[in-house]
Amino acid sequence: MRVGTRDTAPGARRQEEPDGTGRREEHGFIELDGVEKVFHVRRKAGRLRRVREEVRAVDGISFSVPRGAMVGYIGPNGAGKSTTVKMLTGILVPSGGRLRVAGIDPARERTRLARRVGVVFGQRTTLWWDLPLKDSYELVRRMYRVPEAAYRRNLERCVELLDLGPLLPVPVRQLSLGQRMRGDIAAALLHDPEVLYLDEPTIGLDVISKAKVRGFLREVNAERGTTVLLTTHDLTDIEQLCRRVMVIDHGRLVYDGGLDGLHAVGRSERTLVVDLERELPPIEGVPGARTVKVEGPRQWLAFPAAQSAAPVVSAVAERYPLVDLSVREPDIEDVISRMYAGSTAP
Amino acid sequence: MLYAAVAAGSFRRYATYRIATASGVFTNTVFGFIIAYTYTALWTARPHLGGYDLPQALTYAWTGQALLAATGLLTGGGMDELQERIRNGDIAVDLHRPADLQLWWLAADLGRAAFQLIGRGLLPMAVGTLAFPSALPASAVTWLLFLVSVALGVVVGFALRYLVALTSFWLLDGAGVSLVAMLLCMFCSGMVLPLNVFPGAFGEVVRLLPWSSMLQVPADVLLGVHDGTGAALALAFQAGWAAVLLAAGRLLQSVATRKVVVQGG
Repeated sequence: MRVGTRDTAPGARRQEEPDGTGRREEHGFIELDGVEKVFHVRRKAGRLRRVREEVRAVDGISFSVPRGAMVGYIGPNGAGKSTTVKMLTGILVPSGGRLRVAGIDPARERTRLARRVGVVFGQRTTLWWDLPLKDSYELVRRMYRVPEAAYRRNLERCVELLDLGPLLPVPVRQLSLGQRMRGDIAAALLHDPEVLYLDEPTIGLDVISKAKVRGFLREVNAERGTTVLLTTHDLTDIEQLCRRVMVIDHGRLVYDGGLDGLHAVGRSERTLVVDLERELPPIEGVPGARTVKVEGPRQWLAFPAAQSAAPVVSAVAERYPLVDLSVREPDIEDVISRMYAGSTAP
Repeated sequence: MLYAAVAAGSFRRYATYRIATASGVFTNTVFGFIIAYTYTALWTARPHLGGYDLPQALTYAWTGQALLAATGLLTGGGMDELQERIRNGDIAVDLHRPADLQLWWLAADLGRAAFQLIGRGLLPMAVGTLAFPSALPASAVTWLLFLVSVALGVVVGFALRYLVALTSFWLLDGAGVSLVAMLLCMFCSGMVLPLNVFPGAFGEVVRLLPWSSMLQVPADVLLGVHDGTGAALALAFQAGWAAVLLAAGRLLQSVATRKVVVQGG
């Protein structure tokens, strides 16, 4: 199998989803057709000479997301994820191709579309730094002309699900990162957007905050039918939230389908780290797993990501003196680099 | 209204920096004294320089201190923040909002100026008036015209700083442009010396530039230099510059947002 090139794109490797989240829907809520974004960068080349260089941040991407879907959009740093989100909001104008959200061309009607869209840029905030969280929400209410009743209902819901109650009177600058992120997510939802773009919503958050954010997003998607496009580095976000995942690398869509398929294609592996009572020769005879590293009493066993960790753990525990263990999930960079390795192999 | 809420929020936001305000008041008062003594020496040596008598010159000096923070005569006056947002890419958040970027920042700047006029302007003005001879008007109408003139001066100041800030879309570091703009503003607003002190064609030109709207014109309105129609003309002069500069800002804004890269992942 080859990774999608320009001729085969907008194909990439597509797995038909049983629930119909694939290409079957003719008119998706979000439609991209051969979208490109080219930046021109001036680079120093010698003392005075400058060279104009072309950077293809997004290089011919096509996909379609139906209304109400929750889709993961992943890829390594600099792959073009944020650029895509900026084009979807109309902040950046595509250099080529066709892009529609709810039938609207974002770059042409940015303001009109903005009323129907919520965005969370994980590393930036829309909240008013020096003022209480509540004040920022009041501003959102006026900005989007949210009717009083709807505003109160939405705010109550967000406060409840995201534990914002005690934070409302606190100036944003005093919030922790996790609290601020929850505050930002609520701000993006007060006007009942039909679609929500989340650009790294869990970056830098601790486990509890991550869980809270994920639970909330699942709820919003299920209850209000909000279409969600989730950009992330964290595969766990995807595993827990999205049935469909799109992988972008070097500005191209290299995978579009279910998460299992991604693991299969990427042949990704989870790692079981075990601490034994004492130094022992490499563990052998565990079905489906192989020992990849030994360091004193600690050993690393790799097994396919799609496989459960339980039989591996019990097989080890049965025959070896186990003190402690942990399971490490494959990360996206890993999966993607394996996808490339796989695609060039015969 | 959205923009009224933005202005009110901005006012409250600046009101939270109490220590900064207190030290600002202190600085303005100290500088007021230094300039007042300098002007006293100057106007004693050259009475009626630039058409002012000594009390008028002193009131001019203290008006300068009172307006310094509000119209942003010396500092970026809040636009550093916009520049920084453009530089680090936070502007993406602002651009996504269903609101006009220029109006948003204008509203925020008006809220800031209103706070700084009250928080940083009143006290130095009061101290200066008690400590030195003064030529403050008794007429309520003059004071009202002065307030209108100050408001227009704030808008002109904003429009100029907005233009400077937008250059950050092209220049990765706006520090150089900011510095030049600040020096121009300091001199051409009449902060260093009243502009009517400058003789000949040079003086004529400087008085016609937009910066004079930020201090010279409001001060003259306060001092009652103009008669009725003269005051109206002075306000029209300011309003004209405000309109031209805001329009230029809009134009630059639309070019910037259309063409330029929103920086940072």
